[in-house]
Amino acid sequence: MSDKEPLFSKKNLKLLSDPLDSSNPITVQVLGICSALAVTAQLKPSVVMSLSVMAVLAFANVIISLLRNTIPNRIRIIVQLVVIAALVILVDQVLKAFVYDVSKQLSVFVGLIITNCIIMGRLEAFALGNKPWPSFLDGIGNAAGYGAILVIVGFFRELFGSGTLWGFRIIPESWYIENGGFYANNGMMILPPMALITVGAIIWVQRSRNRKLIED
Amino acid sequence: MDRNSNVYTFIYASGMVILVAAILSLAAINLKPFQDKNIEIEKKQNILSSVNIAADATNAEEIYAEKIVNSYIVNSKGEKLEGNAFTVDLKKERAKASDQQQLPVFECQIDGDIKYIVPLRGAGLWGPIWGYLALNSDMSTIYGASFDHQGETPGLGAEISTQVFQSQFKGKEIYDNGELVSITVAKSNETAPEIHKVDAISGGTITSKGLQNMISDDLSLYNAFFNQKK
Repeated sequence: MSDKEPLFSKKNLKLLSDPLDSSNPITVQVLGICSALAVTAQLKPSVVMSLSVMAVLAFANVIISLLRNTIPNRIRIIVQLVVIAALVILVDQVLKAFVYDVSKQLSVFVGLIITNCIIMGRLEAFALGNKPWPSFLDGIGNAAGYGAILVIVGFFRELFGSGTLWGFRIIPESWYIENGGFYANNGMMILPPMALITVGAIIWVQRSRNRKLIED
Repeated sequence: MDRNSNVYTFIYASGMVILVAAILSLAAINLKPFQDKNIEIEKKQNILSSVNIAADATNAEEIYAEKIVNSYIVNSKGEKLEGNAFTVDLKKERAKASDQQQLPVFECQIDGDIKYIVPLRGAGLWGPIWGYLALNSDMSTIYGASFDHQGETPGLGAEISTQVFQSQFKGKEIYDNGELVSITVAKSNETAPEIHKVDAISGGTITSKGLQNMISDDLSLYNAFFNQKK
């Protein structure tokens, strides 16, 4: 890669767009499933989780990429872990200080960003072998691909599980059986298994649309 | 320098650890005041919610200062102790013998009437649960309750923090003919007089029972104080 390559060359844009579809970290690589199931009962935590992962992944990618020529090969995994852990603790502390209610909802999952397979995966597979700018784009792209799935799952789970979106009521109170209507929330939507089924449905739709993903 | 030599690896690892430690401690120290403030506001919101006052993070302090007219610490004999009731750490107190514990009491003025609020702390299924119970001045009728938890299952045990569950407590009595009977959090096959019972959460049995134990254990600590006040 020459230094004169434009910031948003075709190749770089591909780093951003690929993870959204044909190499999506959740639906194609099946990484980061644990947090995708855990935080998506509502839309708001899904979005916050995605943004936190994006911040951590983009910066971790850049830092590892800057250090890539100095990191001793034998301890490279540990170096990656230290960088991720430090960034995650920073994100957690900032959330606790400024958006306390959100940090309470995310509780342990913020800590679980450390073990999010996507982050380690991108550092090892991409940042160690590429320059900072493409690594940054790769981080943003992969976190966006991860976030897109979280938001879709969170959207359906909150809508059908609680009848609200972002805490605002969408399905009118008068529809509910308690109030003389015909509707009841689907309690199953709140529980993790339904998140897995929703992710499965997304994978199904994606594979039927994207021929490249169909295995022989 | 050879990047694969032991010396380089050691120096690199040590340098990195020291640098990261410095950055993290700096962040922790600088953000601590904001975090403590959030925790304090949340506690005030919880106390207010037990007397059915909804406060958000922006006005909780103001309402708290207006409504909570008095707070003090008592011991299990009902004697008043020195100290600040708001800063008592229940986790530490509950670890002590029952006659050593500091028991906070908050008095809240509502429509000219005093409500007595006592904090509770117990164990749910996955972690601690806690809450506040507000009593009318007859020291038996519950005026309101608020509960919260650290990590109960969403949709099941976590329902204890919902309005629907908490509103059941209003109007229930904890004394029966002068004897402390507390509140039974009952499944459908359990019988208890309606006035001493609320419905448990389906699928949240262990949290429900933990809540029941929390209420009866903690209220028994206050028994002497309640009897004095009657």
